[in-house]
Amino acid sequence: MTRFQTAFSPTRSALVCFITAGDGDTAANLDALVEGGADVIELGMPFTDPMADGPAIQAANLRSLAAGTKTKDIFAIATAFRARHPNVPLVLMGYANPMVRRGPEWFAVEAEKAGVDGVICVDLAPEEDPDLGPNLRAHGISPIRLATPTTDARRLPTVLDGSSGFLYYVSVAGITGKQQAALASIEENVARIKQSSDLPIVVGFGVRTPEQAEQIARVADGVVVGSAFVEIVGKYGNDAPEYLREYTASLAKAVHNARETAA
Amino acid sequence: MTEQQPNSFRNQPDERGHFGQFGGRYVAETLMPLVLDLEREYKAAKADPAFKAQFDDLLEHYVGRPSPMYYAERLTEELRKDAPAGKGAQIWFKRDELNHTGAHKINNCIGQILLAMRMGKTRIIAETGAGQHGVATATVCARFGLPCVIYMGATDVARQQPNVFRMKLLGAEVVPVTSGAATLKDAMNEGLRDWVANVHDTFYIIGTAAGPHPYPELVRDFQSVIGTEARAQLLARTGRLPDLLVAAIGGGSNAIGLFHPFLDDPDVKMLGVEAAGHGLDKEHAASLAGGFPGILHGNKTYLLQDEDGQITEAHSISAGLDYPGIGPEHAWLKETGRVDYTAVTDTEALDAFQLLCRTEGIIPALEPSHAIAAVAKVAPTMDRDAIICANLCGRGDKDIFTVAEALGTQI
Repeated sequence: MTRFQTAFSPTRSALVCFITAGDGDTAANLDALVEGGADVIELGMPFTDPMADGPAIQAANLRSLAAGTKTKDIFAIATAFRARHPNVPLVLMGYANPMVRRGPEWFAVEAEKAGVDGVICVDLAPEEDPDLGPNLRAHGISPIRLATPTTDARRLPTVLDGSSGFLYYVSVAGITGKQQAALASIEENVARIKQSSDLPIVVGFGVRTPEQAEQIARVADGVVVGSAFVEIVGKYGNDAPEYLREYTASLAKAVHNARETAA
Repeated sequence: MTEQQPNSFRNQPDERGHFGQFGGRYVAETLMPLVLDLEREYKAAKADPAFKAQFDDLLEHYVGRPSPMYYAERLTEELRKDAPAGKGAQIWFKRDELNHTGAHKINNCIGQILLAMRMGKTRIIAETGAGQHGVATATVCARFGLPCVIYMGATDVARQQPNVFRMKLLGAEVVPVTSGAATLKDAMNEGLRDWVANVHDTFYIIGTAAGPHPYPELVRDFQSVIGTEARAQLLARTGRLPDLLVAAIGGGSNAIGLFHPFLDDPDVKMLGVEAAGHGLDKEHAASLAGGFPGILHGNKTYLLQDEDGQITEAHSISAGLDYPGIGPEHAWLKETGRVDYTAVTDTEALDAFQLLCRTEGIIPALEPSHAIAAVAKVAPTMDRDAIICANLCGRGDKDIFTVAEALGTQI
């Protein structure tokens, strides 16, 4: 069983938590997310030009880079996380240029050594998969793709081809941290994608509150929360862990119990 | 290792939008279906005589094409003064600064807004650096009655106030962007963020031959009117093809527009001129000279970046060249060796700006001043009967405040 297979269950939705690497005390923040009940960790790789991100994650990227975060620091954070948490899936999420700068093989080898399970590359369209995908797959790392409201039935097979781990359904056409999509639209799209794929489907973009998370958890295999965590890190700095732990726990409770509550 | 030369330099990109290893479609999934739609629509438009007829008609009667081909006699003589005997090439200018709105940018905007309307889009967005592309976009939006939002770095808003006011007069909303260094790259990020949230009704008019496929191709095609005219004009006036073409390069749309129709004429050499800013060992905007291949803003190309792939800030006195990337076709033309590239500093560009003012009575924009500086270096090394054609891609009215400040003059 891969760590993803353990984390996703047919009977219970998973909580996927995103923070930006190098923004605040990342190790302590990650521990707080796990202690609060995170099932999967997405670790954001900061980039100077995060064009798919809203203001909260843009600011986190810039804080991290201003603090001097380097790619080697991100792998060090991942390696240490893996040592402390052998069973929690860890996904690197970021933009193509920092991932391919030293060549895709270098990146895939470092990610494998660091115990990374999957990689989400926001601006690497499936059409450009040869730039990174083959190397990731050869090193046992899942390329995790995004599907969006604009990914129609004709295009979906292209997105699914070569992806593994889970599929990230971006519930709104837009950037991170803004408005949330209507639940009916999420339910319909998740059901549509399920017809074409056995991958777990997680839903993100604009999910902030336990109530929103609970509603999505009833229809999806996982719920992603990012900007809300990043804002906590931005607000509390080195004191963030206790707030992250508490907020994660409230989300985890809502997500994990969603289907029982509904039934 | 010698790479085998292609049979033609004019058949790029391939069906996946790649110019050799460069180009491509590196965008968020939300944009991919739209980018694929645009590709289909552009193919259909290219095959539609009515589209070409409307484009040509607007270029003639609204933009004022063809732009003149001008023999710069006094500049030629001036540069011959210090040239060795028998040296000092003839200098000709393609006068795209005489276009409506004062630069080559309008050629592309006309083409793209016609495409936007074909696709049923009802809202236009664009990014701008110096403001020339913003003004050109606002102009075509006014002409066709479409709402227009222009993203412009807050730094550029401050240093290009006349163009900001022009855009507002034309009915555009100008949104200052404060992220990053608040210049062109950040404006482009913000344009992409708007686009991804408004794909259903919005068309993004990209201002240079860069971005995800098919933008580099279609911008090049719309700008190729420059080279097509230049080729016919020079043949008619001089009876032969030029020996050297010279153009300034930020993203590279005026250069690719001039070069592309000549790429398969093996005797025509070409020189692209990047902005060396304070010097190539200091802050500059010369992606080919000082950058490495990477991925940004939808395409793979040469980028100014650090060892971790973080994008570094560009600098040029010319806001239109102040960008850390370059169009992917130029990256490919550099690697194939078909086009030579050089770089010119702020100081050299300022000298060339003044040289052209005094010898020809033409105030050039700071962007083509870089091309003129390169011409001033190379013309004295070429034979007297050699012909150089440089693209005078913009007029300098917008730059007089910047130039005055650089020369220490109060106006």
